[in-house]
Amino acid sequence: MTAAAASGPSAILPGRGGIGGALSDAFWRNPKLLLFLMLTPPLLWLGVIYLGSLFALLMQSFFSIDEFSGVIVREFTLKTYGELLRPSNLDIIIRTVTMAALVTLAAAVIAFPIAYFAARYAKGRWKAVFYLGVMLPLWSSYLVKIYAWKLILAKEGILNWLFAKLHLTFLLDGWLALPVVGGNSLSVSPTGTFLVFVYVWLPFMILPVQAALERVPSNLMEASADLGASPGQTFRNVLLPLALPGVIAGSIFTFSLTLGDYIIPQIIGTSHRFIGMAVYAHQGTAGNIPLAAAFTVVPVAIMGVYLWLAKRAGAFDAL
Amino acid sequence: MRSDRQNRTPMGLKIAAAAGLAFLHLPLLLIFVYAFTTEDKSYQFPPPGLTLKWFAVTWNRPDVWDALTLSVKVASISTVVALVLGTLCAAAISQTRFFGREAISLLVILPIALPGIITGISLRSAFNLAEIPFSFWTIVLGHATFCVVVVYNNAVARFRRMSGSLIEASMDLGADGFQTFRHVILPNIGTALLAGGMLAFALSFDEVIVTTFTAGQQATLPIWMLEELVRPRQRPVTNVVAMVVVLVTFLPILAAYYLTRDGDQISGQGK
Amino acid sequence: MPHAVTFQQVSRHFGAVRAVDAVDLEIAPGEFFAMLGPSGSGKTTCLRLIAGFEQPTSGHIEIFGETAEGVPPYRRHVNTVFQDYALFPHLNVADNVAYGLMIKGVGRAERAREAEAALEMVKLPGYGGRKPGQLSGGQRQRVALARALVNKPKVLLLDEPLGALDLKLREQMQEELKALQRALGITFVFVTHDQGEALSMADRVAVFNEGRIMQTGTPHEIYRRPQTRFVADFVGSSNVLSPDLTARLGGPRQWASLRPEDIRLDTDGHHRGRVIAASFLGSATRITLEIDGETLSVLLPSGSAVPEPGEEVAFSWSPGDLHVMGDEA
Repeated sequence: MTAAAASGPSAILPGRGGIGGALSDAFWRNPKLLLFLMLTPPLLWLGVIYLGSLFALLMQSFFSIDEFSGVIVREFTLKTYGELLRPSNLDIIIRTVTMAALVTLAAAVIAFPIAYFAARYAKGRWKAVFYLGVMLPLWSSYLVKIYAWKLILAKEGILNWLFAKLHLTFLLDGWLALPVVGGNSLSVSPTGTFLVFVYVWLPFMILPVQAALERVPSNLMEASADLGASPGQTFRNVLLPLALPGVIAGSIFTFSLTLGDYIIPQIIGTSHRFIGMAVYAHQGTAGNIPLAAAFTVVPVAIMGVYLWLAKRAGAFDAL
Repeated sequence: MRSDRQNRTPMGLKIAAAAGLAFLHLPLLLIFVYAFTTEDKSYQFPPPGLTLKWFAVTWNRPDVWDALTLSVKVASISTVVALVLGTLCAAAISQTRFFGREAISLLVILPIALPGIITGISLRSAFNLAEIPFSFWTIVLGHATFCVVVVYNNAVARFRRMSGSLIEASMDLGADGFQTFRHVILPNIGTALLAGGMLAFALSFDEVIVTTFTAGQQATLPIWMLEELVRPRQRPVTNVVAMVVVLVTFLPILAAYYLTRDGDQISGQGK
Repeated sequence: MPHAVTFQQVSRHFGAVRAVDAVDLEIAPGEFFAMLGPSGSGKTTCLRLIAGFEQPTSGHIEIFGETAEGVPPYRRHVNTVFQDYALFPHLNVADNVAYGLMIKGVGRAERAREAEAALEMVKLPGYGGRKPGQLSGGQRQRVALARALVNKPKVLLLDEPLGALDLKLREQMQEELKALQRALGITFVFVTHDQGEALSMADRVAVFNEGRIMQTGTPHEIYRRPQTRFVADFVGSSNVLSPDLTARLGGPRQWASLRPEDIRLDTDGHHRGRVIAASFLGSATRITLEIDGETLSVLLPSGSAVPEPGEEVAFSWSPGDLHVMGDEA
């Protein structure tokens, strides 16, 4: 290896040659060209096809439908948005938003202990068990999950059987007799819809809350205890404020997913419509694309406001 | 730092966490029980008897096989498209600094951030406007759009973990751009891409909301299931299909987890 | 014979930041050359300009007489030992070392032989089968060195290669690197912020500050005859004397430097100061003297009598130790 420097080949080597070599040199000399080539396919797909479709839908919400012929009138009007304010449509919006809010709240309450345990106490093997324990339900089939609840909530299903075995059927009947939340059976009651929503979206709440809690240094809790706070005070004054961005991040999912869903209330629930069902009905048999489009703007607008508020609360750091 | 006091878990928390996990898993386990029930008219619990005959019945059902075949085809092609688009996007975002990076990462996430019904109806009305008839490819177009993000998330996480000087080291040792891609970049992001691809496959295989808008008369497996849910006609067959779907989706999730577990987590925001 | 590396008025600007500003530089073939300076002084950017990772905004670079600007790194017969070593995590040690040969199209058997020879050279024979993750920091550093040297580069660039090692290992590697460089005769260009490292290893040192070269010279010149206040202060923390103090101590009214270890406490000394602090350093004791509101550091060899703070002492130095730097510096 000695004397390599003194003689030996030239300090500048010839290129590899060929098309590959020439292209490689061209990309090296002009990194913007490479960037352009890399970004063009995804931008064409997502930027042109996808965004274009969204924009076209938005445009249609400013059209209206001729009530007699059923033909779409392609003229700018706010009439379709006005229709959203009709009592029956307003009802749908209020019902959906209330459900989304309740589902979010319930999901946060159930998710917190799981996330807290996984973040602070689970170590090694148990950590993996918890992680998979959340990931597997998250990724398993959405329809199968709904189907499972159809089995659970059915009149002859496991829940009724359980209540009967425990001689508590009167409790269930009492609940179902209540106005608003009750119904003929669990599978055709708002309670049923609520349960399924909470179940299906729960993992989306657990993961961001866990991520936020994992970032809380454990000595903060010790510092709080050291300063004389009871466990309850530590939870309220230290843990909860620090976990809040994670809860908000999770709520973005649970809230948005509930707002847009039309399958769960269709299968488990009453005949009262949710926004998603209204969109589906208007674009389908009714053929009223403008009203369907205007309805889709509602969850987007609600989520826009929600995201803006969440961003101000610093929730995106926990995503 | 780690005193005994800290490691001792409060009983209430233990119970609440265990109950939460049970709430997540018991409904799925119930599916397995129902696949073996002898009852075929209702959802009776407990099952009056257990049998394997519904597996044979399902096996011989051409409509189930057709739906399954279509789902696998759609998921495969969508995964390939998502792999290409997601990797390109991830490479561009993480290897360079340019104006508008934030906007592009937002654009990638948008199809899953917006409710599926919006993506679905947008695409459907765009197909109508452009007079494109529904086909296999309209389903793929919808699926690939929301599958890009899972590949992208996995690839970006891996790129971030990859030391930036590796690419310089390769070039320093005489490898040009293509050689560096083949010998350094690809081997380093390979498992992340594999994981992302599996998740994309699982996502597409299971998708129903966008599909109802872009499929026309064709039935993927989720569409088949949805019809059974709305108007139950063959409950035992549905039970068996549901169980098989649970098992089949678990495999890519587990595989993706093992492929990426040292370091980056598979992203749960993929749905 | 042309210089190994030549910079002519080379600048590299990042937006408004002048990382390298009109630098002239000549490195001789076979030289062990150190670029010394604080972080952000432009030394690493200069190294990257030689490697080809950066292109000059203006100016001209030659490597062994050939124009280098516009030539990609993979076409320069120059190799780098990276600060974080940048070993390929998916390849074992032997494949890491043989990477450059593999790219060049050298056959498998030949590659394996040369890689093992290179590993032997850096005292890691038989480590070829391990993954980089299984090695200690010092071993990774040696693999990075072998991976560069196996290509027999015309110039070897080392970017703070010893920065991550602990003190003992660092001293050992300094000697080994020096011996290796002598044996191979390859031009080494070495970037460091550690003046001790630069002075002990290099044939010549360039001291960088704010994108410019303050002074180039042998370690002895840099240490003994700093031309600017920055060099005097950065290299060996010399006393920098204001023109007033220099004049009071019998020199011209100009900036000057005086090494702490060159000052003797001496009852016959011509000059007097008051001790304001004393600290024991192990091999020596550092005392701080006050003279008319200015301070002067003095290093006393261990074993000598240490005066108490507040004491008035006399001191002196040999002619020639006081080095005048000029007005502007």
